[in-house]
Amino acid sequence: MKILIVGIATAVGRRLAEEMLNLGYEILGLDIRPWPGVPKEIEITRADIRRKPAEEVFRTRCPDTVVYIAPAAGAAQDYDRRYRMNLESTRAVFEYSNNYKAKQVVFVSRHMVYGAAPDTSMYCSEDDPPYGGLTFPKLNDIFTADLYASQALWRYPDLNVILLRMVYTLGPSRRGALARFLKGPGVPTILGFDPLFQFMHEDDHVHAIITAMEAKLHGVYNIAGPQPLPLSTLIDKAGKISIPIPQRWYPPFLERFGYPEIFANSINHIKYSVIIDDKKFRQATGFMHRYDENQTLKAFRYGA
Amino acid sequence: MEDTLGELLNLIRGVVAGVYDDMQECNNLLEKIDLSLNKDGIDPYGVSRNYLKMLYPAMKWLYRHYFRVRAIGIENVPDEGPVMLVGNHSGGIPVDGTMTVMSMIIDHDPPRYPVGMVDRFAQKMPIVSPLLIRLGQVTGVREQAERLLNEGRVLLIFPEGIRGIGKLYKDRYEMVSFTSGFMRLALKTGAPVVPFAFIGGEEAIPTIMHARKLGNLLGAPYFPITPYILPLPLPVPCQIYFGEPMYFKDEGDCEDVAKKVALVKTRVEELIETGLKNRVEETEQP
Repeated sequence: MKILIVGIATAVGRRLAEEMLNLGYEILGLDIRPWPGVPKEIEITRADIRRKPAEEVFRTRCPDTVVYIAPAAGAAQDYDRRYRMNLESTRAVFEYSNNYKAKQVVFVSRHMVYGAAPDTSMYCSEDDPPYGGLTFPKLNDIFTADLYASQALWRYPDLNVILLRMVYTLGPSRRGALARFLKGPGVPTILGFDPLFQFMHEDDHVHAIITAMEAKLHGVYNIAGPQPLPLSTLIDKAGKISIPIPQRWYPPFLERFGYPEIFANSINHIKYSVIIDDKKFRQATGFMHRYDENQTLKAFRYGA
Repeated sequence: MEDTLGELLNLIRGVVAGVYDDMQECNNLLEKIDLSLNKDGIDPYGVSRNYLKMLYPAMKWLYRHYFRVRAIGIENVPDEGPVMLVGNHSGGIPVDGTMTVMSMIIDHDPPRYPVGMVDRFAQKMPIVSPLLIRLGQVTGVREQAERLLNEGRVLLIFPEGIRGIGKLYKDRYEMVSFTSGFMRLALKTGAPVVPFAFIGGEEAIPTIMHARKLGNLLGAPYFPITPYILPLPLPVPCQIYFGEPMYFKDEGDCEDVAKKVALVKTRVEELIETGLKNRVEETEQP
């Protein structure tokens, strides 16, 4: 089976490509960013998904499955530009996939689409309304792209669409939004709050995407790993120190010290929990995470 | 002087030994309790063994010695499976909820850990919000309650809500209307409703007025003012009267839900009446 990974140069994209290659799949990649040291078996095209060279990959290489890694949260400083880019890219992925007869598209989204608020349910199922736009207004483009992608479920009846809402990843690569948030010796938290955080090992993350793809699921699925931990425990187990900051000074602090925009722009996320229920996915596929919360944090902490 | 110092040291030694014993007792209780704590002592809802151990000695002291709580009919609460404890709310700050949770841990055999359905404003408050989560008290959201019941947990529900806890002393033990959400949950999940009356909460914090502006400043709908200004609970003996479990079947009729809610409310009122009558009789006994 020929698989095209859009966003292959991201941490998840690279790991996914390597794992799929090991499983014997033919891997193609599309990304505007480079991947230095890419395995020679992987054929990469450096192009913007919205432009002609990217469409040519779909037309000439005819992938059976397209995996689209979550739209970027911090790729462009200009929010308006990022908003357009994320939505146009999502549209392009589905249009090309449909036009050039791909069989299925796996859209890898984020669990934050459910939002974090004091009055949301602690375990969100796929049926729960997406409050992300309300509680993280500056990440609205990511959630709108998720909802736009879900339209493809009925808009393209010949295309099998799988929308995965996945929790954060952590692991030895130390890449990804949560890893960047935990990068320094001190991790800024909001004084007086300690939400639960849900995360999974990056190998489990990749394993879950492959499981969803091979099971040929259809529809929206939440994917989580082990049970959530309080942010303070997570920071402690990652070998870092918590720096409680009054809410008023939190965003400027994060911006000043270069923390991921996804956290600076979503204070609610550091105050309230976003926890998802992945029972539907586990029941449909029999998926079991291989790394518990301690093993995952150990892998992140010691890089092995 | 030496005698006084010796007595003081003995007192401190006694307190430390008592706290240590209580922490050991808490450890033993946590072994039996219906929580799914992981290796680090945290359950999937964020309940923390360390927090429970830390607060248990003080809570036990409040339960046994300060409020001298008696749990009457606690054997009516099923030993396993989903249960909804539904009772009257009172007192400005939730002494009733805290003591009812303690009654299920200390006096119920086997011990069970009720999850309180907390009003949304409390989850917005710094320090209070994480504390509530670590102690397993969650926001009163229907989906959350349903999930907990499906997992066989005990829910603690005060259907009078914020209007109930905000009652003034002059309106003590007069219940305001019940919301119907708990009954819809009972019908959907098949969980039994155990009605209960909390006696003593109204006198423990006799609220005479609400300071709304001060409350809003603190992120709460009001701040209870007592005759001695601050809402510090008085050492009033409290009793909890648990009724027999009530089982309901869904007959698909909206009016029927209202009737079933009224049945539960009437039962709680009867339990309050019994509790108040018994209290008067006990006081009058020589």
